[in-house]
Amino acid sequence: MSAVIEEHHDHHDHKPTGIGRWLFSTNHKDIGTMYLWFSFLMFFIGGTLALVIRAELFEPGLQFVEPEFFNQMTTLHGLIMVFGVIMPAFVGLANWMVPMMIGAPDMALPRMNNWSFWLLPGAFGILIASLIMSIMGMGSAPNFGWTFYAPLSTTYGPASTDYFIFSVHLMGISSIMGSINIIATIMNMRAPGMTYMKMPIFVWTWFITAYLLIAVMPVLAGAVTMMLTDRNFGTSFFNAAGGGDPVMFQHIFWFFGHPEVYIMILPSFGIISEIVPTFARKKIFGYSSMVYATASIAFLSFIVWAHHMFTTGMPVAGELFFMYATMLIAVPTGVKVFNWVSTMWKGSMTFETPMLFAIAFIFLFTIGGFTGLMLCITPADFQYHDTYFVVAHFHYVLVTGAAFGIMAGVYFWLPKWTGNMYDETLGKWHFWTSVISVNVLFFPMHFVGLAGMPRRIPDYSLQFAEFNAMASVGAFAFGFCQLIFLYNVIKTARGKTSVKATGQVWEGAHGLEWTLPSPAPFHSFTTPPQVK
Amino acid sequence: MIAAMRVAGLLGLMLLSGESLADYQLNMVPGVTEFSQGAYEIHTMVMWICVVIGIVVFGAMIYSIINHRKSKGAVAADFHESTTLEIIWTIIPFVILIVMAIPATKVLLAMEDVSGTEMSVKVTGYQWKWHYDYNVGEKAEEISFFSNITTPDSLSIATSGNVVKGDNYLTDVDNRMIIPTDTKVRLLFTSNDVIHAWWLPQFGVKKDAIPGFINESWISVPEPGIYRGKCAELCGTNHGFMPIVVEALSKEDYAAWVDGQKSAAAEVAASASKTWSKADLMAKGEQVYATFCAGCHQANGEGLPNVFPGLKGSAVATGDISKHLDVVFNGVAGTAMQAFGGQLNDVDMAAVVTYERNAWGNDVGDMAQPSDVKAMR
Amino acid sequence: MTAQPDNNHSGGDDNKKVVTRLMFIVIGMFAFGFALVPIYDVFCDITGLNGKTQGQVSFSEQPKVDMTREVHIQFVASLNESMPWEFHPMTKTVTVHPGESMKIEYLARNMTDHAIIGNAVPSVAPGLAAPYFQKTECFCFTEQKLEAGEEKRMPVVFVVDPELPEDVETLTLSYTFFIKPGSETITTSALHP
Repeated sequence: MSAVIEEHHDHHDHKPTGIGRWLFSTNHKDIGTMYLWFSFLMFFIGGTLALVIRAELFEPGLQFVEPEFFNQMTTLHGLIMVFGVIMPAFVGLANWMVPMMIGAPDMALPRMNNWSFWLLPGAFGILIASLIMSIMGMGSAPNFGWTFYAPLSTTYGPASTDYFIFSVHLMGISSIMGSINIIATIMNMRAPGMTYMKMPIFVWTWFITAYLLIAVMPVLAGAVTMMLTDRNFGTSFFNAAGGGDPVMFQHIFWFFGHPEVYIMILPSFGIISEIVPTFARKKIFGYSSMVYATASIAFLSFIVWAHHMFTTGMPVAGELFFMYATMLIAVPTGVKVFNWVSTMWKGSMTFETPMLFAIAFIFLFTIGGFTGLMLCITPADFQYHDTYFVVAHFHYVLVTGAAFGIMAGVYFWLPKWTGNMYDETLGKWHFWTSVISVNVLFFPMHFVGLAGMPRRIPDYSLQFAEFNAMASVGAFAFGFCQLIFLYNVIKTARGKTSVKATGQVWEGAHGLEWTLPSPAPFHSFTTPPQVK
Repeated sequence: MIAAMRVAGLLGLMLLSGESLADYQLNMVPGVTEFSQGAYEIHTMVMWICVVIGIVVFGAMIYSIINHRKSKGAVAADFHESTTLEIIWTIIPFVILIVMAIPATKVLLAMEDVSGTEMSVKVTGYQWKWHYDYNVGEKAEEISFFSNITTPDSLSIATSGNVVKGDNYLTDVDNRMIIPTDTKVRLLFTSNDVIHAWWLPQFGVKKDAIPGFINESWISVPEPGIYRGKCAELCGTNHGFMPIVVEALSKEDYAAWVDGQKSAAAEVAASASKTWSKADLMAKGEQVYATFCAGCHQANGEGLPNVFPGLKGSAVATGDISKHLDVVFNGVAGTAMQAFGGQLNDVDMAAVVTYERNAWGNDVGDMAQPSDVKAMR
Repeated sequence: MTAQPDNNHSGGDDNKKVVTRLMFIVIGMFAFGFALVPIYDVFCDITGLNGKTQGQVSFSEQPKVDMTREVHIQFVASLNESMPWEFHPMTKTVTVHPGESMKIEYLARNMTDHAIIGNAVPSVAPGLAAPYFQKTECFCFTEQKLEAGEEKRMPVVFVVDPELPEDVETLTLSYTFFIKPGSETITTSALHP
């Protein structure tokens, strides 16, 4: 898409060329582009690992990978998808869209922006290097799950755990800097008249997400630092032998981990809240309740972490508190869903690809929300915990939730970024194949989970065979459908589609970003627009 | 919605699978204990509430998608807020949540009621097997044993194909945990190494086994029968291969089993003092190896490259026998090699060392006697 | 701010202010991660989460013995992996009246030919009862060193607080012996090539 920006670039600004343009870029659009391509690359790497897992689970027995390698697959799949795909994709979208949406020329801290991106390839290079070394027979890659519970990851972790710790530190620094930048941009760079309660919802959700990141990424950094000193410098934070406590690791991890799952969904809420009004040609229903709902979800995310730990043996008062607190999250989440439905109600809808993904998001994320509600019921959670029911739940929330939100956003804004309309037919193909295969992939996991299949196992008993075979077929189908997406994006970016995008792009589009020409100029708003 | 998807799922399933549909299962098991039935009831209730909410919300969406489309000439209305509506759909979910929370709290409180337990069993997680110890509390019996998967061949690609995949594939153990029926049995969970989780769906019990700490739960099983479960917390390489099998016996049968265990223990003690033939040691050693060693060193003695060393032709297994015994007895600190001195009796220890020295072409020729092991204690 | 044309009211000063404030949050939260460690310990002491027992307790006056109530105490022993000791309670169970002081012993034996230092980690089930289980003397307060082949009786003196919740009838005290971290290299290096 960058090439196109160059061709259509008719502004006065001086822009570096060649590799230096990317290495030393301080431009929010170039950096956003790099974030998005990085995330896309990681999506295919993480997806490949998922397909290794699904291939092994296609039928009972071990066929392709040894149990030890299987554990490395589940670990790296999780880490890459969470930290390498969803989060960078959101940061990429924020980089592109936040300055345009609030009427700013660029991000507030452009040089820090460059640094926060370029830490990521380093972080994931280290992580993936440990996997390559494992394949080459030089020791094991991280094999303790993305939740890296002590003591499996400390006393019993492979040598590559130290690589993993360094990698997580780098990711954390990158996310923190990215968030500081986004907060500074939103606080300081809004166009005159753009009050907080006039900001687009996507900007609002990112504003809140950035605060969540700043609050919890340092806690994660603390947890891995404790791991590092436990492993190498003789401390005993998590080692019972020296007076530590392995369960404390889980408390610290989930204190980070639960807000983290909202970090991975709130920006998608924002994207959907931009798309639905555009294609329903109707203002978003309940703007202020959307903002308050997002803020309450963020607040609640800090007091529910131990619902991931019901089986560790908590006092009953603790179990009740965390169950009730978790149930409460259903209220603001419900408000959001009802608001989206009301936005569609009596609208004048058309169903271009972004809208299709947005509608699928609302349906399928809601299913993930329902299973989430079921999971928070403590006595039932004793049966669900660490089974495929949980796997089904968080894939509905993260794949058909977060990832569908990102895909919807990419289709929605791609014409603005490149100046070309994407291929609508291919987009529809991508949507329908994805939405069918993703359900074939994840829906059966509810059944095997309820029937008693634990997660993170390389082989299973015969009664789980049919649904696992189904899920594997769905997985390969879903994986290959994403090539349509890749092809469509490349085709659009290279300007091979005949249709040029107008400035407004979509008939129902409102907002500052649509007042700019397509493709958007290198520096978004050189003179600040006046917001009524 | 979910029901409809279920039907769709089943149809898809029938198309996919040519072979007969095994007894797959769609829903949570109601199980046999108060816990599991409580969990099942609350699960069913919450699921149906979700289905109903789903029908209402998705119904409204589908209606809107069908009728409020531009191609049908729909013109966008101009409303975008309604405080009344928003208050209503904040309060209604809240009420529904309270309806869910009340029974959930009741079930949970019942689960925590440990009063009136009649016997206790200590359950210890090991990488990758379970240990049951009945030598706890008022009704302590001198019984303790390891419970291991019966098919060590399942653990690697090379040998996985040899395993007959029957109804209890991956859920069979050599020594079942035995409990009497209609008895409130208190379970104490701990671990020898990493965190494991003891999960038996039919009992509705899932508790983490944490090194250094004990957790408790209890079961009271009304019907004799065999119940199967699995480890539910990722605990390393062979996490998928540490099944749990509990057999509930009537009180009389249980008493008979206890007596049988005692006389078996006496026999073992007697056999430790005799001198064993090499063939007997090898036969015994092969069993012990499959149970305790094959998980890491593999059934073929070749280990897993870069993870677990092989024993075939290894310096320890073909070198000095006293050193070999020492390694097995005391373990190797800082590695996955545990100290088996406390886990294996004299006969098993002598047998497995003899087996390792003479199997897979190691052919050292010497053997260890139970008396050699006894001398180490 | 090179690539940023001077836009509007925003300026470097505003950004500096925001960044400084946010960096305080970041540093504060990093510190909070570590502060969770002592916070967690306090929390465990209060709630008995995890069955963590308290450290040494000394009474200025003996608590009143509640003769109307009996509590069963079970003793269990575990060894963490690669701990080559034998370790078990000399008494499997006692019945006490809350408030009454009781002494029992564990027996530990080092089966190897070298000295080993161990740490015993105590735990009580149900966790809820842990704060009421008070030890006035315990081998778990200090590390224990056993010479090659040495056998040692290890005493525990405890009192069950009469405030113990009514529904707790049975209490289990568990000890797990771990090799003291960092000491195993000395003790077993001789074993391995």
